[in-house]
Amino acid sequence: MKENRMAPKKQIGDTVITSIIKVCGYSSILFVGLILVFLLKEGLPALKDVPITSLFSIRWYPIEGLFGILPLIFGTLLVTISATLIALPFGLGTAIFISEVAPRWIKEILKPIVEILAGIPSVVLGFIGILVIVPFFRKFLDLPTGLTAFTGAVLLGLIAIPTIVSVAEDALNTVPPGYRQAGLALGATRWQTIWGVTVPAAKTGILTAVMLGIGRALGETMAVMMVTGNAPVLPSGLNAIFEPVRTMTATIASEMGEVATGSQHYQVLFLIGILLFLLSLVINITASAVSTKQRKRAERILS
Amino acid sequence: MSSLNEPRRKTRIVEGLGFSLLRLVTLVTVLPILGLVAYIIFMGAPSFSWQFLTAAPSNGMREGGILPAIIGTLYLTLGTALFSVPLGVAAGIYIAEYAQDNRLTRLIRIAIINLAGIPSVVYGLFGLGLFVLFLKFGTSILAASLTLSIMTLPVIISTTEEALRSVPNSFRVVSTSLGATRWQTIWKVILPQGLPGIITGIILGLERAAGETAPILFTGATFFLPELPTSVMDSTMALPYHIFVISTQIPGMPIKIQYGTVLVLLIFVLGMNLVATIIRSRARAKRQW
Amino acid sequence: MKKFSVRDLSIRYSDDNESLRKINIEIEANAITVLFGPAGGGKSTFLRVLNRLNDLADVKTMTGEVLFNGVNILDPKLDVIDLRRKIGMVFSRPVPLPLSIYENVAYGLIMAGERNKKKLDSAVEAALRQAVLWDEVYDRLSDSGFAISGGQQQRLCLARVLALEPEVIMLDEPTSALDPVSTAKIESLLTELKEKYTIILAPHNVQQAARMADYAAFFLMGELVEFANGKDMFLMPKDKRSQDYITGRFG
Repeated sequence: MKENRMAPKKQIGDTVITSIIKVCGYSSILFVGLILVFLLKEGLPALKDVPITSLFSIRWYPIEGLFGILPLIFGTLLVTISATLIALPFGLGTAIFISEVAPRWIKEILKPIVEILAGIPSVVLGFIGILVIVPFFRKFLDLPTGLTAFTGAVLLGLIAIPTIVSVAEDALNTVPPGYRQAGLALGATRWQTIWGVTVPAAKTGILTAVMLGIGRALGETMAVMMVTGNAPVLPSGLNAIFEPVRTMTATIASEMGEVATGSQHYQVLFLIGILLFLLSLVINITASAVSTKQRKRAERILS
Repeated sequence: MSSLNEPRRKTRIVEGLGFSLLRLVTLVTVLPILGLVAYIIFMGAPSFSWQFLTAAPSNGMREGGILPAIIGTLYLTLGTALFSVPLGVAAGIYIAEYAQDNRLTRLIRIAIINLAGIPSVVYGLFGLGLFVLFLKFGTSILAASLTLSIMTLPVIISTTEEALRSVPNSFRVVSTSLGATRWQTIWKVILPQGLPGIITGIILGLERAAGETAPILFTGATFFLPELPTSVMDSTMALPYHIFVISTQIPGMPIKIQYGTVLVLLIFVLGMNLVATIIRSRARAKRQW
Repeated sequence: MKKFSVRDLSIRYSDDNESLRKINIEIEANAITVLFGPAGGGKSTFLRVLNRLNDLADVKTMTGEVLFNGVNILDPKLDVIDLRRKIGMVFSRPVPLPLSIYENVAYGLIMAGERNKKKLDSAVEAALRQAVLWDEVYDRLSDSGFAISGGQQQRLCLARVLALEPEVIMLDEPTSALDPVSTAKIESLLTELKEKYTIILAPHNVQQAARMADYAAFFLMGELVEFANGKDMFLMPKDKRSQDYITGRFG
C-alpha cells in the first residue's frame, strides 16, 4: 500500500513509550496485590500458631503469650468513633460555611488554612498533644492522667477535619447553581436553601467525606500512640473515654521494633495489619461506590 | 404587608443565628490551626542557631543540633521522589489519556483508592516484609524510600490525572488532526499544560512523605546516628522520627530543642505546601484557555 | 479527478447520538464541495471519517468503503498519521494550540520529524502568506497563538494546515465564531486555495453554502439526501427536502 511507505522510526519510539506508560498504569494493582501478599505471608501463620481463643481473649500481654486483640479493636473503635463525632460538626460546618456563606476573599483565606492543617505531620500534632493538650485535660477535667482516649479523639478529629472539609466542600460545589437559584426564587432564605436544597443535593458526597474522614482517623498512628496512654485494656464502664486505651495502629508501631522476626508476637502484629488493611478496604470501596453511584444517577438525570 | 412581616422576621432571625453558628464553628476550627503554628514558631524560634542546624546531637540528644535528622529527611524525600514521581506521573498519564472505560480500568481505580486509604503503619509492615526482609535491603534509606514511594503514589497519580483531564479536549483533537501521534500530542501539548497541576500534586505527595513516621519506623529510621549516612543501604535519622524520640523516649529533654526540631520539620513541610500553592495560583493566572 | 469515492458508508456511535446511513458520494479534486443541512445531520461525522479523526470517538460500527486516491482508508492497517497529514482540518472554533504563533504553524511539520530550521522558517512564512496572515503577525511570531484576534486565530489554524501541504482541506463551520469581515476574508481565501487543494466545507448557513459551492451535498438526519453541482442544487434542487431547507421552510 502506498500510504504505508513511511512507518517512521518515531512511531516505534511511540510504541515503546506507550507500553512503558501502560505498565506503570497497571502498577497500582500490582502494589495492592503485593501489600496483601506480604501481609498474609507474615501474618497468617499467627492463625496456626496462636490459638484462636487466645486471639479473641481480652488480655493483650505478649510477654506471657497473651495475644487478645479485642482490647485493641475496642480501643480503635472508641477513638475513631469519638474522633468522627468531634470532627463532623466542625468539618461539615466549615465546609458549608466556605462553600455557601463566606464571601470570596474569606474563602481564599480559609482554604489554605485548612490545607495547612492537612499538611501538619501527625507526629507534630502528637507532640503538641503531649506538651499542651494532655496537661490541659488533666487539670481541666481533673483526671489522674491526660493520656486518654478522649485526648486521642480530639487530635484525630483535628486530623480528620481537612479530609472532611475538602471532600464535603467539593460535593457542595458540584451542586448546580440552578438548584440554589430555584430555592431562592421560591422565597426561601439562604439558610433554608442550604438545608432544604443544597445539603440534601450533596448528600452522598458528604457521606463520602464522612467515610473518608473515618478512614483517615482509623489509620492514624503516631498522634494516637503518643497521647492515648497505650493501655490495652477493655473498658470498665462509661468512663472509658477518659481512660488510657491502645489502638491497633499504635500497637503495631510501638511493638514491632522490639519483636523477633517470625515470632508469634511478630505474626500477630502482622495479623492486626491485615485487619487494618481489610477495614480500610471496606471503608474506601464503600465510599467510592457511593459517590460513583451518585454520579451515574446524576448523569442519567442530566442527559 | 405587616401580616407578612412577622414570620418573615422570624426566618430572618433564624438565618442570622444559623450563619453566626456556622461562622463560630469555622472559627473554632480554623483558629487553633493558626494558634498551633504561631505557638510552635514562638517556642521554637529561640533555639534556632547555626549550630542547631549544622551539628549532630550530643549528650544523649539533650545538646547539640539536629543535622543528621535534617539530612536524613532530605534523603528520604529525594529517594521517594526518585521512585514515585516517574511511576506516578506515568500512571496518571495512562489513566487520563490511554485507559478505556472497561473492567481493567475500574480495577486500577479501585487499587488507587485502596492505596490511598491504607493506614501508614500498614505500609510500614509491608515495607518491612518486602523490602527489609524479603529483598534483604535491611533497615535502610532504600527500603524506607521505597515504602514511602508506594504510599505517595496514589496522591501523584490522582493529581496527575486531574491535571491532564482539565486540559481541553479540543487540543487533543486538533493535534491529532495535524498528524501527531498520541504520545506526541501528550508530550508537546497536554503535558506542558498540565505540568503546574502535576508539580503541585508531586509536592503535596512528597510533603506528606516527608512528615510521615509510621512507614519508616521499621524500614529505615534509626534512633541515633553519630555520622551522616554514606550509602542508600544505611539507616538514617529523620525529623519526624526524631521528634517522636525526643518527645517520648528521652526523659529530661530540654523543651527548647524539642520545639526547635518541630519548627524545622514544620518549616520544611509547610514550605513545600507554600511552593505548591504559589505554583498553582501562578499557573491559574497565566492560563489562556 | 475524484479525490474521494465513498461507497455505502454507515456508522453508528455507541451512544446512538449521530450516525450516518449508506452514504455514497464522490468528491472532486480542486473544487469546493459543500456539505450542508441542519445540525446533527452527520456533516461533522462524515468529515471525521475522512481523516479518521473518528478513531478518537466511541464508534460502535462502521461499514462501507472510503477510497482516497483509490486506497481504502477504513483499512485498519492504514497509516492514519500519514493520512491526517494529507487531509487537513479546520474546526468551527479557532483552537490555537497553547504554543507560539510560529510553533502553531510549524506543529505538523515538526511532528512529522522536520528538524531543519531553515525549511521550517520558509514553510511557516509560506503558509502564513497563503493564509493572508503574514503581514499581520510577521513581527510577533513568538507571541502566543491566543494573543491574536478570533479571525486571525482561525486563519492561523488554516495556515497550520497549509504548512503540511495537504491534498485536502476540510473545514467544519470555520466561520461560525467569526465576524462578517473575517468571514469574508476566509471565504475569498478558500476560493483562491481551491486551485491547489481539494476543499470540503461544512458552512454554517445556507447562504454561505450557496456562495461557496462548486458541488453541494445535502445531509439530513444521517442521510445524504441530494448531491449535485452547486448551481443545480441551489437553483433547482430535485428533492423536496433539500428544496424546503434551502428556501428556509425548516432548519
